[in-house]
Amino acid sequence: MARALLTGNSAAAWAARLAEVDYVPAFPITPQTEIVETLARWIHTGEIQARMVTMDSEHSMLAAAGAAAATGARVFTATSSQGLVYGFEMLYVLAGLRAPLVLVNVSRALSHPITLEPDHNDVLAARDTGFLQFHAESCQEVLDSILMAYRLAEHERVLLPAIVNLDGFYLSFTREAVEIPEPADVKSFLPGFEPAYPHLSGPAPLALGAAVLDPALYTFFKYQMHHATENALALYPEIAAEFAGRFGRRYGMIEEFMLDDADYVIVMTNSFASMGKAEVKRLRREGKKIGLARLRLIRPFPHREIQRVLRGRKGAAVIDQNISVGKGGILFSEIASALYGLPDRPPALLSFIGGLGGRRFRPEEFDGILARLEAPPESPEEIARPYLLFSDEECRDVGRYFSVASGEEKSHEA
Amino acid sequence: MSTVPTIDYEKIKGVHKIPLEELYTSGHRTCQGCESATTMRGFIKAAGSRTVVTGATGCMYVANTSYMTTPWIVPWMHTQLGAGGSSAVGMAAGLRALKRKGKIKDEKINVINFSGDLGAGDMGIGGISAALQSDYDLLIIMYDNESAANTDIQATGSTTYGAQTTFTPPGTKHPIMQRRWKKNVAGMLAVGHPTCRYVATACATFPPTDYLNKVRKALSIGGPTFIHTYDPCPKGWDYHPRFSNELGELGIKCGIYPLYEIVEGQIIYTWDARKTGKGRIPVKEFLTKQGRFDHLQEEHFTHIQKMVDEMWEEWEFPGVAPIKGILKARI
Repeated sequence: MARALLTGNSAAAWAARLAEVDYVPAFPITPQTEIVETLARWIHTGEIQARMVTMDSEHSMLAAAGAAAATGARVFTATSSQGLVYGFEMLYVLAGLRAPLVLVNVSRALSHPITLEPDHNDVLAARDTGFLQFHAESCQEVLDSILMAYRLAEHERVLLPAIVNLDGFYLSFTREAVEIPEPADVKSFLPGFEPAYPHLSGPAPLALGAAVLDPALYTFFKYQMHHATENALALYPEIAAEFAGRFGRRYGMIEEFMLDDADYVIVMTNSFASMGKAEVKRLRREGKKIGLARLRLIRPFPHREIQRVLRGRKGAAVIDQNISVGKGGILFSEIASALYGLPDRPPALLSFIGGLGGRRFRPEEFDGILARLEAPPESPEEIARPYLLFSDEECRDVGRYFSVASGEEKSHEA
Repeated sequence: MSTVPTIDYEKIKGVHKIPLEELYTSGHRTCQGCESATTMRGFIKAAGSRTVVTGATGCMYVANTSYMTTPWIVPWMHTQLGAGGSSAVGMAAGLRALKRKGKIKDEKINVINFSGDLGAGDMGIGGISAALQSDYDLLIIMYDNESAANTDIQATGSTTYGAQTTFTPPGTKHPIMQRRWKKNVAGMLAVGHPTCRYVATACATFPPTDYLNKVRKALSIGGPTFIHTYDPCPKGWDYHPRFSNELGELGIKCGIYPLYEIVEGQIIYTWDARKTGKGRIPVKEFLTKQGRFDHLQEEHFTHIQKMVDEMWEEWEFPGVAPIKGILKARI
């Protein structure tokens, strides 16, 4: 076992290397590109045996990935943001073909306006596609999640593709100490891919992806995919336990941070949860009984775990680093649906939007969230609406931009 | 370039030498007189059983491969409308990886993608371009029935000038709405991909066996290759189904659809009216046999004839590339 300082992108590349992937279709986009650049370098030095083809778009990249997976090869690829939505059609197709490949998404907010820093509207747009989704907080977790994702995706009772998500910049380009497992240990945890069903290398005839014009058949196949995610949920603890036994790192579907006696719970995902944890620690020092639940597995959605972690609490706040325009936070809705009907659900369940386009949280925002959980709003409008986090200072800054743009005020920095 | 063993194909000399083995059989619902079904049946006869096929969305996907009714005796996989080229690359790459790992026998497996004119010529042309730059053995066949035939006949970039489709209906204000000249897909791909060793145009039934031998040639030469086929469509072109073969032949003989192959950069005309002694037949003779041109007026026929004449008489590479010469600028 080696310990090295790796960026999130390098950690992702290391995972693909350790998984001994056969094929890497590629297309560049910031902030993902370094993953494939790293793999390309290793291919050219002969350190890995994978084949790599640069395609003309993410749509082509994913189409090639699916066709290669259909032959029985282990396929890895990566994208981000606009790239993910450019290839969107193929996401549903790959899941429907039951092609168990791993796609790393390096989160980046979507256009327009175009930007570089992360939020999760890109990856959460893929939540209905049939891909499994792991969301990572650290570079170590990126590496480990990819290995676990292959193991789960390729299981014959699952056979669905998986997305492993890491935040652009905050993880992709941030170096952290990462333990790189020994190849032999990885090989015993994740042996080579042996497809359970006939695949397209022939010579036996097989038609894959035939049109299903009978509504009942269509429904049947979609339900099959859903049942496969239920199987994934049942298999997850077993695979996580085996991983922990072999590598010493234990990953739940939800990470529970200072939750033991917490009355109030903040729910977050991905790397910005580290900021949330720092604030929870501070509030704990101030005597507040608060903790944080970080969702790691988003598809399949661990509704039973959500119930276990949140039931009996006095309040929970879901911080969505995404916005479903016209509705609010995506994960808030999902968590609310998991809790509804539980007699001991938290009486206060509030929705906050923050971290869009990489916007950082402010300590006082966590004070405000806790204050609202302690004295929750009572009017029906207030209970249902999302709170959009934005500070007075930011309001003033935007106002200044507008007055400079309209010519009312000269920029002092110009 | 690939080092895997090749299949030794014999040239098919005459229709009586066409392989009897059918690898595209019953179980499909193509229209009466469907030329594209002949194109499909032909390429797999020519290629043989050690072939995997990817089929892009289009009439020849839906009419052929619905659940429980595949006509294919070889492995076949659907791919999306714009994903013909990329599916072939992925398939070839996956097979090569499996061979390298010893998971499957190291033998030649043909990878063929079959995409229509909307899929290959319009939406998926970027993916096909990428495929033609790859170092895999794969063949992409664009079956060109000059319309989106699965969605009730809409104009594509490959539809003949002046043709009536549901997106280009003739009207009182505009006598013709299809005013785009047919996209020159094979020529464009040949010109744009210097390392692609084989590009051809073909028609499944004329001249007899020509198309089958082009498929065999593409697979023998190897690397990424491309064939554009001209597929008369009774439904879209509006004629009696028994005339499909005849219309293909007329389209070639009037010169509107040039027949050639480009082998390692050399153009070979596989039907050349200039060498028959009779010349090209008038384009009007081809057009007036189809209902989709019923609304054309004399001026339109004249215009189309002029454009076809230009293809053959003024282009530097007649019928292949619309370059008329080098402008000798004074310096």
